[in-house]
Amino acid sequence: MKTTARRFVDFFTNRAAYDRFFKSLRYALYVIVHPFDGFWDLTHEKRGSLAAANFILILSLLTCVFRIEFTTFQFIKVNYERVNFFMEMMGILLPFIIFVVTNWALTTLFDGKGTLKDVWIASAYAMTPYPLIVIPNTILSNFLAEEEDTFNYFFHDFSIVWSALLFISAIMMVHAYSIGKTMLCIVFTILGMAIVIFLLLLFFSLISDSVAYFYSLYREIIFRIY
Amino acid sequence: MKKLSLLLALMLVLTALSPAAGALADTGYSYNYDFWGEVVNSPDPYAVKATLTHLELGLDKKLSKAQGLFVKDNLIYICDTGNNRIVVLEYKDGNYSVSRIIESFEGDVEVNTFNAPSDIFVNDEHIFIADTENNRIVKLTYDLQFLLEFTKPDDINFDQSITFLPSKFVVDGAERVFCVVSRVNKGIVKYENDGKFNGFVGATRVSYDLFDYIWKNWIATEAQADAMADFVPTEYDNIALDDEGFMYVVSTNFDPYQLSIGNFDPIRRLNSLGNDILIRNGNVYVIGDNDWTDIGVYTGASKLIDCTALEDGTYFALDRTRGRIFGYDDQGNLLCAFGGNGNKDGYFRMPTAIEHMGHDLLVLDSQDCQLTVFTPTEYGKKIFSAIYEYQQGRYDESAKEWKEVLMYNGNYELAYIGIGRALLRQNKYEEAMSYFKTKYDDNNYGDAFQLYRKQWVEDHIVLLFVVIVLVLVVPLIIGRIKRVRWEVKRFENDSKTIR
Repeated sequence: MKTTARRFVDFFTNRAAYDRFFKSLRYALYVIVHPFDGFWDLTHEKRGSLAAANFILILSLLTCVFRIEFTTFQFIKVNYERVNFFMEMMGILLPFIIFVVTNWALTTLFDGKGTLKDVWIASAYAMTPYPLIVIPNTILSNFLAEEEDTFNYFFHDFSIVWSALLFISAIMMVHAYSIGKTMLCIVFTILGMAIVIFLLLLFFSLISDSVAYFYSLYREIIFRIY
Repeated sequence: MKKLSLLLALMLVLTALSPAAGALADTGYSYNYDFWGEVVNSPDPYAVKATLTHLELGLDKKLSKAQGLFVKDNLIYICDTGNNRIVVLEYKDGNYSVSRIIESFEGDVEVNTFNAPSDIFVNDEHIFIADTENNRIVKLTYDLQFLLEFTKPDDINFDQSITFLPSKFVVDGAERVFCVVSRVNKGIVKYENDGKFNGFVGATRVSYDLFDYIWKNWIATEAQADAMADFVPTEYDNIALDDEGFMYVVSTNFDPYQLSIGNFDPIRRLNSLGNDILIRNGNVYVIGDNDWTDIGVYTGASKLIDCTALEDGTYFALDRTRGRIFGYDDQGNLLCAFGGNGNKDGYFRMPTAIEHMGHDLLVLDSQDCQLTVFTPTEYGKKIFSAIYEYQQGRYDESAKEWKEVLMYNGNYELAYIGIGRALLRQNKYEEAMSYFKTKYDDNNYGDAFQLYRKQWVEDHIVLLFVVIVLVLVVPLIIGRIKRVRWEVKRFENDSKTIR
């Protein structure tokens, strides 16, 4: 019987697991330049892994913060009194989660082949160009003057466009859709996201209303008792 | 005990000295905007020097609904509109006294008195008075002999159905009259020096969006369309002349939303063709207050109703909504904002006109029936002298003045940028960069940074060269070594198998 500590150490010193992780992570570099092959093999041949996908996702979130913090003030001016880095990260993470869930929910109805895990992994892999380009771009921005801002904006926008194209091919390959069906699927996913957001807002506002109701009830009772 | 009394005496002396310090205290009376558009309180750049009512001036009756103000050298002309007269004040040895009162004039003309005069202009030879209710502008000599009158233009371009009410005007060097006429929105009425109408100048380009156009012309009912704003050029409210002969015009007929997003310019500087040439390079829109609420006592955007341009290119605009004065420099940076609505000295109830005498500002208040004279404080004087030195090309002196401004107000953006510019000129790029960075001035920072980068590269060229060589050569060498080792190993292996 292994102790918990022993298991913990084993988990972090498992050479084979690390190899698998790095191999699947390195596969992201293949995916971004061979999107069709890459995304097909990613899920159907199990070349990707959840660990690597989550790593890329977290790296993207950190990149977003890194970019705001370390780009020269000439290109991005940050009012530190108003900026909340947690909210900036949520600005990427929440749409990502809602996208994946909505897409999975839709595609299960329209005979998509991917599972929720497949969609998650493929979507996370599609974000690879963002940290890959934006991190060096942010560092380089500190060697640029205000007139040369075009470089900075171009590379940032380029990474996003690249990611967007990868998202499309990811959906296409994971669900084994044709290009037309993919486009339709993406349009409906966006509509679905709007509905999900609406329902979430409705849910939270109702919850907060009912909490406020019970809280005022509680206060009333407390006032009466004392 | 002795010590205590000494301390008390010291405190007494300090209290006696404190009014001077008190004038600069943070009262919320003066403010400026920081880079993010947040209000930052500042020391007072202007302090009240005198408030002049009929009592101080020894006039027989109160000023009534006074509308117009003009300053020529040391003479101040006040249009005492309600009393149908012009009061001329003289400033001499720090005192303001009545020099003369103009109630009528002589000459070959039917009516030789005024009816609600609302503006006056004086040049080196003549006096011009907008005699509003008599529907004319009269031109007089200094000894009040009638010369000429400018009346309703008998022209097809001028709408004959409206009553001609000239309200504000200026006269250029060739004695041509540019007049703002009530309810005329085609621009400023221009007269030749012989009194002939010569068209309109400075009409604003009408702008509307496609959605509004479609809505109004095809969808809205007639009643709705009538209720909507017409697509017409804006009417001007006031006009002033600057030293270079350009006209500053102000307008209060705006849509607050358009104003808040910078689509409407309440202050314009017109050239002779009527084009707006005002420079707006500042962080804030040249619209007075940059944010406002629609709840509370004083609501809505600033209504800039008059403007005066000083010799050094700065200009001050008067806001009727909150009784404030906004000063801008020639680049459109907000120098200062101060004032308020109220009954105290330095506050207004219904300000109508602003003028300047040197760097002193004169504000006419029609409801308080008084003229308030503001004079720059030490802090204000430093700002002006810093601007002056910069314009004279003495950048180091300018930076010195800006440094003293910073002693009074560490939040003053222009001071940081001014110092940075001077440092840049002295080739102290790194220090200049830190000053520019403090106030987020990316343009100047970019310039300084380019120079700094160039210098850095020149200074470290050897180091850079070495690094590049290392980056290129070292992997090559390592690859070579690996290759040799691998070949040696293979040879050894081969020889083993052969044996």
